[in-house]
Amino acid sequence: MAKITFITSDNEKITLEGTTGSVMALAVENNIKGIDGDCGGVCSCATCHVHVTPENMAKTGEASEIEMDMLELDDNTDEYSRLCCQLEISDAIDGVVLKVAK
Amino acid sequence: MEKSKLTDPFEKARLETGLGEMNDQNDPVTMLLRHKDVRKSAHNYKTFQSGATPGRIVIPSEVDIRDTRQIPFEVDPPEHKDYRAIIEPWFRRPLQAEYEKKLTAIITSIVEHALTKESIEVVTEFSLPLQSNALTLLINSDASEAETWISWGTHVFRSEGEALDGDKATVLYDYIENQIEEAINSPSENLFTKLVNSEFQGRKLTKEEIKGIMVLTFAGGRDTVINAVTNSIAYFSEHPESLQRIQKEPEIIGNAVEELIRYFSPLTQMGRVVTEDTYVCEHAAKANSRVSLCWASANRDEKVFENPNEIILDRKINPHVGFGFSHHNCLGATHARQIMRILLKTLSNKIQSIDILDYKENIEDLDQFKRKVGYDSIHVKFNPKTI
Repeated sequence: MAKITFITSDNEKITLEGTTGSVMALAVENNIKGIDGDCGGVCSCATCHVHVTPENMAKTGEASEIEMDMLELDDNTDEYSRLCCQLEISDAIDGVVLKVAK
Repeated sequence: MEKSKLTDPFEKARLETGLGEMNDQNDPVTMLLRHKDVRKSAHNYKTFQSGATPGRIVIPSEVDIRDTRQIPFEVDPPEHKDYRAIIEPWFRRPLQAEYEKKLTAIITSIVEHALTKESIEVVTEFSLPLQSNALTLLINSDASEAETWISWGTHVFRSEGEALDGDKATVLYDYIENQIEEAINSPSENLFTKLVNSEFQGRKLTKEEIKGIMVLTFAGGRDTVINAVTNSIAYFSEHPESLQRIQKEPEIIGNAVEELIRYFSPLTQMGRVVTEDTYVCEHAAKANSRVSLCWASANRDEKVFENPNEIILDRKINPHVGFGFSHHNCLGATHARQIMRILLKTLSNKIQSIDILDYKENIEDLDQFKRKVGYDSIHVKFNPKTI
């Protein structure tokens, strides 16, 4: 079980709990604004872009090369950017706070 | 396994130079073949523009057969964003439960009808009716409109011989103009009425703008959806084990759809007009010349995809560009994905196997390359699940 907090672009704070699957899927199921997950999680659309709060970066790790290539061409990308379809829910990311990019 | 195969004619050129050359109606095109270049150039709308002369970014060019600008497709940011914002929510309706239910009913009925036939020609008797009936949902028009659209044939700008056909375009334009008038005189719940009532930057959309949006809606999702559906039928006919796997593991349907779109790349390429002297792949590209973003080649780029010429249904990382990339990514992708997901689910539940009886491939002539994009015709027999 992991608690994941999303902060949307209009500053709404929503905390969800999940056990398996991707963070994107959890967000889509719960209609988190700004996370569409159009491609279903295969890293082809960048509609699940989030900024990990700096203190949580150790939990999520950095983006893979393919993810980075995708992020490079998206808006508002910085060193804390991740595509949350590539974040697997597990105890390791419990307590993580993600700011939705869109 | 040869009948359903779509080979990659771009491999050698992609590896050697990253470029291809095509002379399209004396307006040559430099084709970008590598995944990285395609995505970077798609993103760089300032140097590689879409808002050129209407029809010029399409390959083959439609400059000689239309003046109407397709919107938001042939507009660049920042106006592009404002146009897109008007219609984006409408084009996300396919995610609604009611839409999905209606689309499931349409596809189920078409598959069940196919099961009653000894032989069915997939392009005209399966994919075209499926595409047209599904489009009534996207436009939210009467179901009966599909009959008119089916009568136009598979491509709204081309005749059987593939040549661009101005008369055929006129049929579509006349239809759209009539529908706009009808929406003004007797409003309904359809997309025409929605656009008549929409505002762009504080003013009503003009009739010409509405026409541009509707032409795109009709033309953009026609042969692309037909190719995706037809190619899927051909693929499953040679891979019945894939149908069985999808039935057992429906959770892979999302990944399978993305993979089929990558492999089929129903739209081979899309052009851009170069706005300033620049370089693509260390090759000079002059201002006002054309380049193309070759989605079909990028989707087989061996530097990005492992075993690019194989369909791996549950491919996990799949940064394909089958729906384009960046600002101009496919507006109809949500609708197309739903069609494909429901089609795969329905086929896996109802079909045991599919026999190909005969077929004629549709080969695009891209000068330097010949690419199979689908079929001119393919007769098959659908066999029902017995248990």
